[in-house]
Amino acid sequence: MKISLLYFGRPRELLALSNETADVPDDISTLGALLAWLRLRGEVWNRELADNRVRCAINQDFSGLDAGIRDSDEIAIFSPISGG
Amino acid sequence: MSVAIQEQDFDVAAELAAMRNSSNKIGGMVTFVGLVRDFSSDGRVDSIHLEHYPGMSEKALDNIISVASARWNLISARVIHRVGLLLPNEQIVLVATASQHRGEAFAACEFIIDYLKTDAPFWKKELTPDGGNWLETKTSDVQRIKHWSAKNGEAA
Repeated sequence: MKISLLYFGRPRELLALSNETADVPDDISTLGALLAWLRLRGEVWNRELADNRVRCAINQDFSGLDAGIRDSDEIAIFSPISGG
Repeated sequence: MSVAIQEQDFDVAAELAAMRNSSNKIGGMVTFVGLVRDFSSDGRVDSIHLEHYPGMSEKALDNIISVASARWNLISARVIHRVGLLLPNEQIVLVATASQHRGEAFAACEFIIDYLKTDAPFWKKELTPDGGNWLETKTSDVQRIKHWSAKNGEAA
């Protein structure tokens, strides 16, 4: 399935990537599984996308790691927010 | 009730004048202005870089204002959040509220800035002589939110 991925904050800077369309295997069905799959990309991915380091949103709603993902979702991965 | 996310600075007096002129029923207006400090617990801060999630950030701020409006009797609310590179002493964020009586404007203004800190997707990086560091949601900000849900029963 095709997933639109957006990166903000610390991961955006350290992965040097702000967005991509990823072809994700169909058996990846949760946000947690997606992060685990992305961590296989290499050392910096493994470090920066650790479960306890990032927060995520699915289609612009904050979502937990057990949330389900679907084809054509927009998923944002970011460091904990710090506005204001 | 309106939200703006922008790089350019804002004029607090002009914003308040526009709010004041929007209704003759306003009895009081409250403003919060967040500024860039030149220090952190780690030392000197030369500037900050602010980014946001376009689309979601506007939605999140609209939602916070809606929740505040459901809880207090607001006549007007305005949030402006800047993004990009900001220097010490520059304005980062404006929250302004107007109501018939001051109590509601004070409470709603504080509520909106408190929830902005924990629910609106903005990210701040402090640029320092050693490089920089991304700030993360403070535990104290998460704690502040809890006092709003604890006070749920007494909303006017």
